[in-house]
Amino acid sequence: MDVLNVFLDAIRVAIGPQAAVFALAGVGLNLQFGYAGLLNFGQVAFMLAGAYGASMTVDAGGPLWLGILVGMAAALVVAMLFGLPALRLRADYLAIVTISVGEIIRLLVRSSTLEPVTNGVFGYRDFAAWFYAINPIPAGRYGVGNLAFPARTLWLIVVAWTLVLLASLLVLGLMRSPWGRVVRGIREDEDAVRSLGKNVFMYKLQALALGGLMGALAGSLRAIDSQAVRPDFFLTITTFMIYAAVILGGAGTIIGPTIGAMALWFVISFSEGLLRLGIESGVIEFLDPEDVAAIRFMIVGLALILLVVFRPQGLAGKPEAGLLDEH
Amino acid sequence: MLLGVAGSVLCASTLWTVPATPQEPAPSDSGQGVSGVLRLDEEPVDGARIEVETPEGNPVDTTTSAGDGAWSVPLVTPGAYVVRLDEATLPDGVVLADSTKGSLTVEVRPGQDRVIIFQLADESGPTTSEEGFDWRRLVSLSVDGVRLGIVLGVMAMGLSLIFGVTRLINFAHGELVTFGAIAAWVFNAGAFRFPLFLAGIVGLLLSAALGWGLERGLFRPLRRRRTSTVALIVVTIGLSEFLRSFYQLTFGPLPEPYRDYALQREIDLGPLTVTPKSLGIICIGAVAIVLVAFLLQRTRLGTAMRAVADNKDLAASSGIDVQRVILHVWILGAVLAGLGGILLGVTQKVEFDMGFKALLLIFAAVVVGGLGTAYGPVLGALLLGVVIQVSTIWFDTEFKFVFALLALILMLVFRPQGILGRRERVG
Amino acid sequence: MSTDVLAAVAAEPGVPKPNPILVVDDVRRTFGGLVAVDVRHLEVERGTITSLIGPNGAGKTTLFNCLTGFDRPQAGYWAFDGHRLEGRFAYQIPRYGLVRTFQLTKALDRLTVMENMLLASRGNRGERLLGALLRPSWRHTEDAARQRAERLLETFELTRMGHDLAGTLSGGQRKLLEMARALMTEPAAILLDEPMAGVNPRLRQTLCEHIEGLRDGGLTVFLIEHDMDVVMGISDWVVCMAEGNVISEGPPAVVRADPAVVDAYLGSHDGLAPVDERESHEDETS
Ligand SMILES: Nc1ncnc2c1ncn2[C@@H]1O[C@H](COP(=O)(O)OP(=O)(O)OP(=O)(O)O)[C@@H](O)[C@H]1O
Ligand SMILES: [Mg+2]
Repeated sequence: MDVLNVFLDAIRVAIGPQAAVFALAGVGLNLQFGYAGLLNFGQVAFMLAGAYGASMTVDAGGPLWLGILVGMAAALVVAMLFGLPALRLRADYLAIVTISVGEIIRLLVRSSTLEPVTNGVFGYRDFAAWFYAINPIPAGRYGVGNLAFPARTLWLIVVAWTLVLLASLLVLGLMRSPWGRVVRGIREDEDAVRSLGKNVFMYKLQALALGGLMGALAGSLRAIDSQAVRPDFFLTITTFMIYAAVILGGAGTIIGPTIGAMALWFVISFSEGLLRLGIESGVIEFLDPEDVAAIRFMIVGLALILLVVFRPQGLAGKPEAGLLDEH
Repeated sequence: MLLGVAGSVLCASTLWTVPATPQEPAPSDSGQGVSGVLRLDEEPVDGARIEVETPEGNPVDTTTSAGDGAWSVPLVTPGAYVVRLDEATLPDGVVLADSTKGSLTVEVRPGQDRVIIFQLADESGPTTSEEGFDWRRLVSLSVDGVRLGIVLGVMAMGLSLIFGVTRLINFAHGELVTFGAIAAWVFNAGAFRFPLFLAGIVGLLLSAALGWGLERGLFRPLRRRRTSTVALIVVTIGLSEFLRSFYQLTFGPLPEPYRDYALQREIDLGPLTVTPKSLGIICIGAVAIVLVAFLLQRTRLGTAMRAVADNKDLAASSGIDVQRVILHVWILGAVLAGLGGILLGVTQKVEFDMGFKALLLIFAAVVVGGLGTAYGPVLGALLLGVVIQVSTIWFDTEFKFVFALLALILMLVFRPQGILGRRERVG
Repeated sequence: MSTDVLAAVAAEPGVPKPNPILVVDDVRRTFGGLVAVDVRHLEVERGTITSLIGPNGAGKTTLFNCLTGFDRPQAGYWAFDGHRLEGRFAYQIPRYGLVRTFQLTKALDRLTVMENMLLASRGNRGERLLGALLRPSWRHTEDAARQRAERLLETFELTRMGHDLAGTLSGGQRKLLEMARALMTEPAAILLDEPMAGVNPRLRQTLCEHIEGLRDGGLTVFLIEHDMDVVMGISDWVVCMAEGNVISEGPPAVVRADPAVVDAYLGSHDGLAPVDERESHEDETS
């Protein structure tokens, strides 16, 4: 019975707002990493831009929708910060720059010097009233048993997954266009594409920025979901969890990020639920409840290694088109 | 607050204030807390605000020092806390003796009343030079910078050597750093109680074993399968996450010191005052770098390493066993990382994510000096270390890391191959 | 045909040609102390097959890299079809009608053969991000490109493979694809870096015919080649480099007999027709 509840809980998480946020950020990351081959290790910085854009705008008296747009504009700035120094260089330099700049943006936001502007470590809260005020779903609980959402969560879920769908369709359309062909070509060998007369740098910058916009939108959703924004929500580990989701689902496929985000959150919450159950019932004695978070990240890390080694094409990818495989 | 800042953690020499005579833990029924007395030359300082927050930055409580300078904050749960003295609330003319130490991270054990000492000074205080510029401070910060640079340089050299022969940026290098530090800690202050010197050697041996194991068990098989560089980088990211969480689980989330190295008296060397600890770190690091340089320049193995880094195919066709060289470089790189970790652990404390926090600075050092070169990263690290430390004279310590990043970005824009690097070839 | 044009040209390094399409002056590229390329003056005649030979490490690839914007020489200038190209970015070069291939074949493995071809088409409106989602806006250029691609694939006998991933092709087919793809850019001249390397002898013959066909169609071909039989067979003019310098040029037979050329090869312990199978360079390219 308890195991069933853990299972239902895991399903709930897998279709909940968290998974949708990851899926949306994942669609963006997939455009950058899966299709364009860009090692963006700073996706979380785009999310931070989206979240702070929204919350700071509301804090300054602006409407939330404007804040979301501000967040997207901020994401474009982040894309420039990432891209201008690194996109002309070997792929690994982008990895170094994105991971560093991403972390430093977070540190700056939380620094006490900038506290007058950013509210430092305290961040913002309760800025999304507008979003929940326009909820058309009548109050109440929807679903059965453990697998139910209150109306406001359901509203967020609907909006979030709709955005995931739209973003996926956008990527699909782009990838079927000549633009997408060039981008995928760059993933394969950028010198070849350059020798054929394409401005590789521009394409990479466009892919980076577009994926970043989706990341920013995901960040805004993340903020709306928790009604709170703090710098420490945006740790590097989040980027790597999104990587795990994208690769698990199948990098370089349209549906991959969505499947991957759902599967990842299912695995995480199911295993965590089981662990907690074991700890509470005394079956597992060597772990404390606080250790569960560390185990989550161990799972993510291990998943990344094992996937690349044993199933680089992920769940949705065709074996012969495995992105990470090279013959 | 500062805990999150890689640069600051690396740099502040004794960030961890260790009370000379630790107060006996208060009876456990009274719970735990932090407290202290603010004094300047035996005069109590009252009305200063003290804030307590979690390392993640969640505020816990604030208080104000009383008429006798005393303050205390009870804490509901034990654990790590950041205690900050709001310098702006100090009376006129009173400042922190070291402005980098207005924010201290402490670990509060259950039932313990942890005493925190903020060193205060007269504003007009010890500045002796004519123009009001504190030369002693400049000198001592430069020494700190050199020490930081050496420690970073040892780590960065390892990263760069591995990159040189494998063309792989190891994002788990930070975890190799932590591994050395933790391994030495286990033998010094954990399960065993060896002197640090011995424990350090054991830590380096274990680091070597880890380097060997990673290459033989993971990276060589993956190279055999012709896994792309991008995929390998993702593997190193996964490895980094995995190891770091594993350390957190087994070593614990709190920082731990090595035995015997908590407090030291400074020694005077003319205009310089250094602790023997700092001097030791600088010497050990420098000796390690010189030894590696000797290995590279004067031994067959070193020549082979340089040949492989220069042109793998050419090296292979002239009879060098490339795979064996790569294995040796992984071992060497892991040992250098481990040594850097131990030295860093002596500077501050051993912590499960110390290497990860240092990674950003390692990257900056490597890019500034030249990715794939052996000596560039050392040069880059020394430059960075001194600039970072000396900048705190003019800038808030929080911005130290910004300089590292600025250096990295400027370098990428104007000379991406680094000071000592050369451009990649095409075609 | 064009041999007639060159008949009157003296066989000496740096000699002017009647109607050059590419003129190179004082191009110098050094790596640290090593002078990889130091070409005083070189002209490539329009509508001919000119071969660039020289022992390993002579600087041939580096010269190609410089000419096509993939490397920056420390000094020098060059003009293609009257346009000065130094300082241009690699992606701008094909606009002037100059395109290149690589010593290590660069097929785009996880794109189909047809996609490889289409990607190289010029002026495709759908390649702009803003227009990409409006299919009607680019259908026209795409269709035109497709027709051109189909013609080229047919010429190079790759039609059957059109829907296969390029990664599944054999080494020789990849060379063919790379050449066909370069031609999609509608060039006036093509620089081929060792097009025969790793190609089996039977296919070499076909490749040679293709190259001659290109020349006969009016294209200028400038190729690096190690296989002396190939060089002797198809070249209208041969240029030999050693240690960065052009040490000899002239009709094939003349260059072959030039003592300086023989010396260069002997000095490099390299024989006159080195078998050069280096398809496993994978780590060299980023
Ligand atoms: N990026 C680089 N860094 C250092 N040296 C380089 C670089 N690129 C080329 N070289 C050197 O420049 C010289 C010329 O190289 P290049 O590749 O142009 O020769 P090549 O004539 O094409 O030889 P091959 O017939 O073997 O292809 C060689 O000595 C080579 O090692
Ligand atoms: Mg060559």
